[in-house]
Parts: sequence; C-alpha cells; structure tokens
Amino acid sequence: MSAVTDAVPRPARPNPIGQSVRDSLVVAKRNLIRMSRIPEMIIFGLIQPIMFVVLFSYVFGGSMTIGGTTDSGVYREFLMAGIFAQTVTFATAGAGAGIAEDMHKGLIDRFRSLPMARGAVLTGRTLADLVQTALTLLVLAIVALLVGWRTHTNVGEVLGAFGLLLLMGYAFTWIGALIGLSVRTPEAATSGGLIWLFPVTFVSNAFVDSDQMTPWLRHIAEWNPFSATVQACRELFGNPGVSTSGAWPMEHPVWASLIYSALIIVIFRTLAVRKYRSATA
Amino acid sequence: MPGAIYAEGLVKTFGDVRALDGVDLDVPEGTVLGLLGPNGAGKTTAVRCLTTLLRPDRGRAVVAGIDVLAHPDQVRRSIGLSGQFAAVDEYLTGRENLQMVGQLYQMTAKAAKARAGELLDQFNLADAADRPAKTYSGGMRRRLDLAAALVVSPPVMFMDEPTTGLDPRNRQQLWEVIKQLVSGGTTLLLTTQYLEEADHLAHDIAVVDHGRVIARGTSDQLKARTGGERVEVVVHEREHMATAAEVLRGFGKGDTTVEEHTRKLTVPVTGGAKLLAEVIRELDTRGIEIDDIGLRRPTLDDVFLSLTGHVAEAGDEEDGADGASGTPADSRGRKRKKETVK
Repeated sequence: MSAVTDAVPRPARPNPIGQSVRDSLVVAKRNLIRMSRIPEMIIFGLIQPIMFVVLFSYVFGGSMTIGGTTDSGVYREFLMAGIFAQTVTFATAGAGAGIAEDMHKGLIDRFRSLPMARGAVLTGRTLADLVQTALTLLVLAIVALLVGWRTHTNVGEVLGAFGLLLLMGYAFTWIGALIGLSVRTPEAATSGGLIWLFPVTFVSNAFVDSDQMTPWLRHIAEWNPFSATVQACRELFGNPGVSTSGAWPMEHPVWASLIYSALIIVIFRTLAVRKYRSATA
Repeated sequence: MPGAIYAEGLVKTFGDVRALDGVDLDVPEGTVLGLLGPNGAGKTTAVRCLTTLLRPDRGRAVVAGIDVLAHPDQVRRSIGLSGQFAAVDEYLTGRENLQMVGQLYQMTAKAAKARAGELLDQFNLADAADRPAKTYSGGMRRRLDLAAALVVSPPVMFMDEPTTGLDPRNRQQLWEVIKQLVSGGTTLLLTTQYLEEADHLAHDIAVVDHGRVIARGTSDQLKARTGGERVEVVVHEREHMATAAEVLRGFGKGDTTVEEHTRKLTVPVTGGAKLLAEVIRELDTRGIEIDDIGLRRPTLDDVFLSLTGHVAEAGDEEDGADGASGTPADSRGRKRKKETVK
C-alpha cells in the first residue's frame, strides 16, 4: 500500500460557489444513478397520479359543477392542473425518505466528514428529485392528453405553467429534506412527508371550485400557496374553472406562485442546511 | 509537540447523559491508538468530535496539526473516516462509490476515476468493481468502506469499530489491510470492543468508560494490571487434587486456588501456551488424569472488572462459572476466554 504514504491533502478550491455547484452535481448524479437502479420507485410514483386522473375524472366528473356546468369533459380539463400540482408536491416524500435513509445508513456521516460544500448533499438530492418530477410530469401530461385534456393557449404559456409546477415541486422537496433530517427512519420520513400534503392539496382549488366553499375554508384555500400554482396553471393552460375571487393570490397567481415557491426555498433550505450541519444519525 | 491526534478535556453531553466527561488523548504521528470500551462508553462520540461531525461542549482538539473547532473544513481534507456502519451507497457500484468520494474530496473526475481503480485493485475488489455494492458480502463492504476512507491517502485515519459484525475470517483479512496501512506511516485511531483487536493492531490502548479514559498503556501493561493469565485445571479423581496443586505451585506466580466440589484448580502464570504444555506433561508424568485444562487470558471483561469494579456490558454470553471466587456477581463478571486443550 505504497500510495498511502504520499498523503497530499488537496488545496482548498478557490471558488466556493463553483465548488458548491460541482459538489451538488456529483451528489445529484449519485442520486440519479440510484433512482435508475430502483425503477419500481419510479413506476409507483407514476401509478398513483395516473390513478388519480382516472378516478377523479370518471368518478367525480359529472357531479362537479365547474363554471356553472357539470359536464365531465369540463371537469377533466379543470382537474388536470390540480393533479399536476399535487403530483409535484409528492416528491417531498421521496426527498425526505432518501435523506433519512442516508442518515440511517451512515452516508450522511461520510459526507459530513468530507471537505465538500455544506449544502451540496441536500441540493444534490433535491436536484435529482427535480429530474424525476419532470419525468413524472411528462408521462402524466401524456396520460392527461389521452383522457381528453387540452390546452387553449400558446406554447410559451404552457411551458411557463410547467415551469411553475417544477419550481413548486423543487421548493417542496426542501420541506421534505428538513423532514428527512428530523426523523429517525426512512419510513417515518415517507409518512411524515405525505400526511400534511393531504390537507394542503385538498383544502385548495385543486379538485373542487374554491369559490363554492364556505367562507372560512375558501379563505384558507385562496391563500394556500398550493392554490396559487394551480390557479396560475389553469390560467396559463386556458383551462376552465379559474377562480374569480378578489384574493390577491387568485388575481395574480403567477406572481403569487413564484413568490411562494421562492419563500419556501429560502426558508426551508436555510433550516435544512442548518440541520444538516448538526445532523447526528 | 502534540501528536497527530490530540484532545484535551473533551466534554459532550446529550441531555442528562455525559457521553464524554473530559477525554484527553495524544496519538504520536505514525502510531495506532486503540480506544477500547463497551457500548455506550463514549468511543463513537469521541471519534465524532475529532472528525468534525460533532461539536464538543468543551475542550480542545487538534488533528494533523489543525485545530478541529476553528478549522473543521481543513481537518476534513486531512482525515479519512471509516464508520461502524459500512457507509457506502448500496445501489452504486464499488467503482462509482469511490469515484464519488474522490470527487467530493475535490479531486478532478479523471483523478478520482484513476484512484478508484487503484483502490479496487489494492482491496481485492477489482472483480466486483462494477456490481452494485448491495451484492457485496459484509467483508467486501467493509473493505469498500475502508477504501473510501483512503481515497486521498489521508495522514490521519479514524476507524469506528471496523470489524464489528464480521466473521473471524473477514476480521482477519481486514486486520491485515489495516496493518499494511499503518506500516505506511498513517496515524490511526481505532475504536473496538475487543481487547484482542486492540492487542493486534494498536501500539497503545486507552480504556474508556462512562466518557472518561480510565487507563492507558500497551496491551501488556493493561493485562499486567488485570492480573495476567491463569492456568485452570479440572482433575478427574478427587484424590489427585493435592498432587495437582503441588504441580501447579511449581509453575505458578501466585497462590493456587482449589475448589473441592468441582475438582478445579487455578493458578496465575506467565509464559502462555508453552508453559501450558509443560504443565500438561508434568501432570501426565505424575499420572494425574485431567478432565479439562485451559489457559485463561484476561478479556475486556477482566480489564474492566479490575479497572472499574464493574462489568463491561458488551461481552457475549459465555459460561461464567468461575470457581476461584464464590460470589454470584463475580462469577457473572469473570467471563474469561478459554483456550482448552483436550
């Protein structure tokens, strides 16, 4: 083992931002390789939203009033923005479980003992989740087109809507990262990452017209960060059921969605990186 | 001048538990210190403090000449850590794992790739290099974990219970790897629950209990403090006991303990297996038939019992029947390793 003797500690990288980006990409690559070797995770991640598309459009469609009509085709178009948005938020659970597992298996200890950028382990994970979310969204959009969903605007606006969805998904994975670092087991991170998403995604305009809710519930739904993105997508897709409420996030949904997502990233990234620095398995 | 690993008055509390209660360590460059102690003694906490994973509440630590609390990131460039859990990504191949670690040590992708290849050869993992690590055996994973800690050939290494959970053959293999490593001049701090392991690998041993270093020395010094080896004989016929006692007195370095009802005699000795053979020959010459004879060496339990007056809780359950001293507490405590000759 002659190589052991000529120990040369590497010099510090002159550029901390460059190092941070590079380390994050190394970790992202590791997570993508990992995901590609557990294809069943991706498959299950796809089945759930597809099931929701089918269940909601055929079970609820026809009994839901959107824009004064109960036409199930109208509901299907209304529904898709909601399903897309809910699907991207479910990446939270994946990020949380992945990071909790890394803690559990001692990988976080290894990473923390390496001279790498502090936030890179978490950034790498959230970036890998973003790639997975994008793939899921692509498949889901194809299924949505098959069941009759259509957009009625230009390509730029449609892409803009998907951009907002990905940004929100990315923001939510930082919440997942914090959950993953806070719980003891990957199982707890999965359920802990999912449970709170149900009230958040259901007390919103995703599946029903929030204008028809009782006032206090409507208020929550309209200011729910999740609703802003759904509203923005409906507007950008040209889909029916855009809320006519005077609440600020409903009147300026694109801005509201951007601001909310940016706020979530800033707050939860700060908390998660701080937690990571002191993380003990 | 402080050694390659130096700690002074390290204190770390978790709630009510004082995991480290003023630990001092000094490991000269190029030597191996074995941190010996039962589960929960504070070994892992000490390693975590020295490797920047945990901030001590009080105290000072210097690793590779760098203040750990002031410049943790510089310390990270100079250390390798191999943990209790084999911390490799099981879905990545051995090669991918090592390449990733190399890049995170800030090597270029090309250099990391070359280094990964070298290490895989060195650690006998070349054949399995492109298989996901989850297909590896326990011993292979430990080797991969160790290889990952050696990517930049760090001058200072930490290994937290490197062989816990390994079978004897794999343990032996890993010992060889570690010996080669330290012969190259690496300073190593190793934690273990096994006196035998510390014996094998470490120049110096620090015994830790309840967050304190309670004894330091070479393994021989510690064993001497513990009372050293004993020969234990069980004779077949009760009437042979007096003669057997006479024989043992001739070889012994202390009083012979005689236990009538189990026909067992015990005497402290020095001289190990060679002496044991002589004892057997002498007993044979005198026509004494024996049921059992063994050389008992002090184990971690013995070291603990003699140093602290309480039993280390990590030992495996062996037959604890010890005739030399009668109290139940003692017979539970003195689980000695027997090398029985039949």
